[in-house]
Amino acid sequence: MFDVALSALGQVMTVGHLSFLVLGVMVGLIVGILPGLGGIAGMSILLPFLYGMEPTAALGMLIGMVAVIPTGDTFTSVMMGIPGSSASQATVLDGFPMAKRGEAARALSAAFTSSLLGGIIGAIVLSFAIVIARPLVLGFSSAELFMLTLFGLSMVAVLSGRSLTKGIAAAGLGLVIGAIGTAPATGEARMTLGIDYLYDGVPLVVVAMGLFAIPEIIDLLKRGTAISDSTPLGGGWTKGLRDVLSHPWLVARCASLGCVIGALPGLGGAVVDWIAYSHVVQTSRDRSQFGKGDVRGVIAPESANNACQGGALVPTLLFGVPGSGAMAVFLGGMVLLGIQPGVTMVETRLDLTYTIIWSLALANVVGAGLCVMLARYVARLTQVPFVLLAPFMLMIAMFAAFQAFRSMEDLVALIVMGVVGVYMRRFGWPRPALLIGFVLAAGAENYLYQAVQFYGNEWMLRPGVIIIALITVVSVFLGLRFGAGVSSEGDSDVTDQQTRGRQMAFAGLLIVVAAFCIYEAVGLSFLGMIFPLIIGILALAGAVGVAFRIRQGRVSEIHDDDATAAVEGRWSGRETYLAVFAALVALVWIIGFIPAMAVFFPTFLIVAGKTRPLLAAALTAGAVAFIWGITWAMTLRLPQGLILPLLQ
Amino acid sequence: MTTLFKPIRALMLCATAALPLSATAQDFAGETVEWTIPFGVGGGTDVWARFFAPQLSQTLPGNPTVIVLNVPGGGSITGANQFHARATDDGLSILGTSASTQYPAILGDPRVRYDYADWTAVLASPTGGVVYADPKYGVTGADGIDTLRAQEIRFASQGATALEMPVLLALKMLELNIRPVFGMESRGAGRLAFERGEAGIDFQTASAYLNSVVPLVESGKAVPLFSMGVVDADGNVSRDPSFPDVPTFVEFYEQAMGAPPEGQSFEAWKALMIAGYSLQKMIVLPKDVPEEVLAAYTDAAHKIVEAPDFRERAGEEIGVYDQLVGEEANTALQNALTVDEDIRTFLTDWLSEDYNVRF
Repeated sequence: MFDVALSALGQVMTVGHLSFLVLGVMVGLIVGILPGLGGIAGMSILLPFLYGMEPTAALGMLIGMVAVIPTGDTFTSVMMGIPGSSASQATVLDGFPMAKRGEAARALSAAFTSSLLGGIIGAIVLSFAIVIARPLVLGFSSAELFMLTLFGLSMVAVLSGRSLTKGIAAAGLGLVIGAIGTAPATGEARMTLGIDYLYDGVPLVVVAMGLFAIPEIIDLLKRGTAISDSTPLGGGWTKGLRDVLSHPWLVARCASLGCVIGALPGLGGAVVDWIAYSHVVQTSRDRSQFGKGDVRGVIAPESANNACQGGALVPTLLFGVPGSGAMAVFLGGMVLLGIQPGVTMVETRLDLTYTIIWSLALANVVGAGLCVMLARYVARLTQVPFVLLAPFMLMIAMFAAFQAFRSMEDLVALIVMGVVGVYMRRFGWPRPALLIGFVLAAGAENYLYQAVQFYGNEWMLRPGVIIIALITVVSVFLGLRFGAGVSSEGDSDVTDQQTRGRQMAFAGLLIVVAAFCIYEAVGLSFLGMIFPLIIGILALAGAVGVAFRIRQGRVSEIHDDDATAAVEGRWSGRETYLAVFAALVALVWIIGFIPAMAVFFPTFLIVAGKTRPLLAAALTAGAVAFIWGITWAMTLRLPQGLILPLLQ
Repeated sequence: MTTLFKPIRALMLCATAALPLSATAQDFAGETVEWTIPFGVGGGTDVWARFFAPQLSQTLPGNPTVIVLNVPGGGSITGANQFHARATDDGLSILGTSASTQYPAILGDPRVRYDYADWTAVLASPTGGVVYADPKYGVTGADGIDTLRAQEIRFASQGATALEMPVLLALKMLELNIRPVFGMESRGAGRLAFERGEAGIDFQTASAYLNSVVPLVESGKAVPLFSMGVVDADGNVSRDPSFPDVPTFVEFYEQAMGAPPEGQSFEAWKALMIAGYSLQKMIVLPKDVPEEVLAAYTDAAHKIVEAPDFRERAGEEIGVYDQLVGEEANTALQNALTVDEDIRTFLTDWLSEDYNVRF
């Protein structure tokens, strides 16, 4: 084993191999930084190079790309409060508040150091585990995977902030949104309202962008300053590095978590960061700063998500069953190169496997290094007046959402989710809880159904299931006891008591959605009905509970960011911005993406930002050229609009 | 990438300009062909398309750039619908289809807005597959059919109307007590369930079987029962060249039941096999493309599959099957999709009765 590993290392360290690896890393960083693009977009850039390439160099290039996506996406999460990819959702919770505080450099350097260490730990674990991991992967059946989704859902207890009731209701709503589409067991359409777009469910990127990007953009616009409201603190760099080095065990624990979660096909990278985040909250003594900019809240998910890629390679190489979305793409690349995954990867092609592992470790080093070099300059963006950045961020969010299904409905769904996100933020509902519910909905239903079909009622008696169940119970207990400090939605004050009617109305809206879910479920066959019925009842109970407690005037439930404005009978500006964004989507629908941006950018910059026309023109040209260039280079699509096809 | 090739392309054009060209010859020089693949990146159909895309670029006149556009969703219905609505008739829009595009069209799925009658196939790639069982039943072939019938056997499947449809029908014809577990994300996930011992019977298409199941067979963890065989346009079933030693479903059936399969269910099984396996993946164009465009594509497809090193480069993913090209592919396609009304009714009745599929 060791001699094979060493000879593979020799092969990886050649100039030819390294240059391809760096090329892959560059592409991986770009698609990581741009939200909504992941391994799939990276793959379409690299594929034309694959033909006629020497397989090991090609593998190095592909791995280079896949390995650093969770490194590059941190920029977006920390600097803009938008998840750069599904693996960095949790990084937003503490990374973005740090950037607002003027500590962007510290957050970034802590994140990159954690990514680097996590990635290397992932590669080390993989190199030993790959030879013995077969029984582990086979040992996790649908029953254990179902329990793991429940364990993931138990994170809501940690992330609910002051109000567990709101957390349960939000997670319930997330599950309901996640259940839209075709039932896995029967293929029945659920809650699609007859809209074809909803048959496949709402895409994750649309939900994440709507919940996080749109509310953050609007909030920053309302504040009217730069992202960071204070001058940057000196020495952020080394500070971030020292932060990580002073928590070695945290990095090791979260990286191990990442490896294990990654190695289980089906759970994937979208949950691993949340699990790591909850873990750090539960195991920390001082929890007062989580959600307000605690550096440990950056270290934990970032150590885990890079390690996750190492874990995800296990089922990909051993079984040909991808451990994550990016790995599905990597698998396709392998097949194109004529390399078939399977047992042979360990038995006869161990050299290739070790080439992949070395490339993974190296890519993490190169990727983190490049990010560190970039970060100095990127961190300065937090000092730029936000009104100049806002149209750019909105354009990126819309571009990202559109890449989901490449249909106009993606953008409509983005605005709808944006409205939900804005009001959740205003009334203090934990958005991470909704996201977790949404991410786990499909898995929870599918695995439960499969577990019952394969094992009958005995699935609950499997030792693995019992162990995970115990862990979940402990996790919920710890979460309830200590999670109350983590609030992602800010604090409330006295005025909030006066707008209870509005807060009730929003809870009422949730009650309607939950009731609709139950109503739709009842008309279906048993297998299609059971899951939406359960989660509908859960969401309903949560929402009704919140409504009651608001009526009673419980301080923990009462929250309204715009209370002062509402009491004075003013609009706070959120609705105005939402209307502007919706109008922009309508414009895109009519005249197409690029022309709409060419109109929106200067208008917004001159009217809202009061910029000089010349600067506005320059920014517009730059933005349009950038998005057009990305689209062209990656052979992506942008909305054409209704008019253009008529002219042709 | 394209900028890199432009000078090369210009040189090529200069070289070819000296040659006399016939007046109607199609030329795609400088154009981009958009190949819609209604599946995600990295899946079987995507890999198949990315194998053919550069070769199409090389063999089409004028060497257009061929880009693969993935439009996943609805088990390929979304992308095929989109192609149906937007495709241009100039040969710059082509579509790749698979069994899961063909089956809903045959069954009359309400979400289907495309019609194969509007399309012309220029290349079709067949595939085959093998049904294999857990050795715990102690059954090695058709003689053990009664032992198998005595068990309730689980089969992990993507869905009743997915790729496994003819497999489910074949197992029903053998009167086995199969309990399908639907909702698998891929055939690979189904194989994992089999390897865990959750499912007692499984099915894989040719390349996946050769790669992932043959090692299991060799180590005594799986027993092949029958291959689906190769079904020609007239409904004759012959042994699959990928697994010449494995009996076909028809042979297995005859040995198990004492008589060859016949009747409506067998006709339906053959129809599903022809539409989903004999022409599993196809390159189609809108029917209204000019004649010279179609000729250019037919010619390109011929050049690709008749190249001396095609077999060698095709590897296991394409397998050893003979690719159907041009008129041959198109005739087969039109035959495959004209399914008798009573066979369609038989299929929809069976699916609603056994699996509650609604039409």
